[in-house]
Amino acid sequence: MNIVRALKCRECGQEYDIQPTHVCEFCFGPLEVVYDYEKLDGYFTRELIESRPQTMWRYKELLPINGEPTVGAQNGFTPLVRARNLEKVLGVSELYIKNDSVCYPTLSFKDRVVSVALSKAVEFGFKTVACASTGNLAGSVAANAAAAGLESYVFIPHDLEQGKVLGAAIFGTRIIGIKGKYDDVNRLCSEVAGKYGWAFVNVNVRPFYAEGSKSLGYEVMEQMGWKAPKHVVVPMASGSLCTKIHKSIKEFIQLGLIEDNGTAMYGAQATGCSPITKSVKDGTDLIHPVIADTIAKSLAIGNPADGYYANRVINETGGWAEDVSDEEVVDAMKLLAETEGIFAETAGGVTLGCAKKLIESGKLPRDESIVLCITGNGLKTQEAIVDAVNKPRIIDASLKDFDALAEADGFEAAV
Amino acid sequence: MSVSVRIPTPLRKLTGGADEVAIEGTNVGEIIENLEAAHPGLKERLCDDDGEIRRFVNVYVNDEDVRFLEGRGTVLKDGDEVSIVPAIAGGC
Repeated sequence: MNIVRALKCRECGQEYDIQPTHVCEFCFGPLEVVYDYEKLDGYFTRELIESRPQTMWRYKELLPINGEPTVGAQNGFTPLVRARNLEKVLGVSELYIKNDSVCYPTLSFKDRVVSVALSKAVEFGFKTVACASTGNLAGSVAANAAAAGLESYVFIPHDLEQGKVLGAAIFGTRIIGIKGKYDDVNRLCSEVAGKYGWAFVNVNVRPFYAEGSKSLGYEVMEQMGWKAPKHVVVPMASGSLCTKIHKSIKEFIQLGLIEDNGTAMYGAQATGCSPITKSVKDGTDLIHPVIADTIAKSLAIGNPADGYYANRVINETGGWAEDVSDEEVVDAMKLLAETEGIFAETAGGVTLGCAKKLIESGKLPRDESIVLCITGNGLKTQEAIVDAVNKPRIIDASLKDFDALAEADGFEAAV
Repeated sequence: MSVSVRIPTPLRKLTGGADEVAIEGTNVGEIIENLEAAHPGLKERLCDDDGEIRRFVNVYVNDEDVRFLEGRGTVLKDGDEVSIVPAIAGGC
């Protein structure tokens, strides 16, 4: 059942037919997909959803494609982990990790948005797809395009982590490194998109692309037993994920799938690129662009397109925003790995680091359910922690040498 | 003095399809006024009711966002290139 109604300007409300476009012709405001939810009355039930395969597409009626997905049909449905060890360390009673560091196929939540964007691009008849990326999106576009038989171009800042460059290049995409920051890449891509007639996932098909993030929220609610958490902490670059998870919760409430639990949204940024957090802390909705400087490169967007809306969601839901230093990012990456066995990328360190500060400051209550959204995999950002983890101790292949080592560690032989 | 202004796709209906137009002006504010004179309707899309550049519009002089320069007061010299770019998303 297709319930997509139109594209609607978030600023002036002007509606447009479904087409590959992303800004309002009248006020330049961003366009968003809107739906006729009442068409799902009595049809879109918990039972229907539970009867479907465990992928993000079990919620397909709420994603803006016609019929079945043609790209990324296996993507999504990542684990929601009850983080009992981390609960003890942080002194909270109910903490969950939504672990998109293992999202199929490229180990980041971008596989959700890309499968929607590319399925839509195929519908529109595009043969070539492209993106501006801080890394994760490049890998996901390259992989999903390869699997779908589409041509692709991915544009990245020239100084990205090696894991992210390799993680895109391996798929045979045309990978272009731009001398500059992500914001420079973005500007170029906006102009390239106007000129070449490709489906740029975060330019002309962005309204569809962005909707894919909602699937993360749907999954969290279903996995918690059809319930929304009281608090959700998300990393923020453009601020889009924060707004889309909030939208997913509102939709499930409207459709009668869950009760309104008064969920508050919290945003996490690295101090070296924290324009949205700063606006929240300063009590304004004006976002001042910054020149990004942080090891959390996937979040290094100095001019966040959805910053204003993320700010508003945070304020309206009674949440807050926080930022952490690069050192705190590394500490939090280690903490998550050592307590829960989850190796998150730098953005995950930002999320956990900020959550820790929000708990310590009392902004996040200790006795209510909290979900941390981990959006990418640490194997792609190894540079950040290479000097912060233990190196292997090198010994000869000699039992005697090992016995000495074990004794120094305080272990005794069992026999 | 004339500078070239690059027009993004969504605004080309107002420039008769042109992706670049030559406009007279000594600073960004004047360019916007003169753009409006040459292509009516452009200013209201670029600026809010107070005349400030809209939240979702980025204006670059050569490669620098005017928010990091002097905004509408940013001074231009002959041969400068002005780009109008809608904000776009990425990352999380």
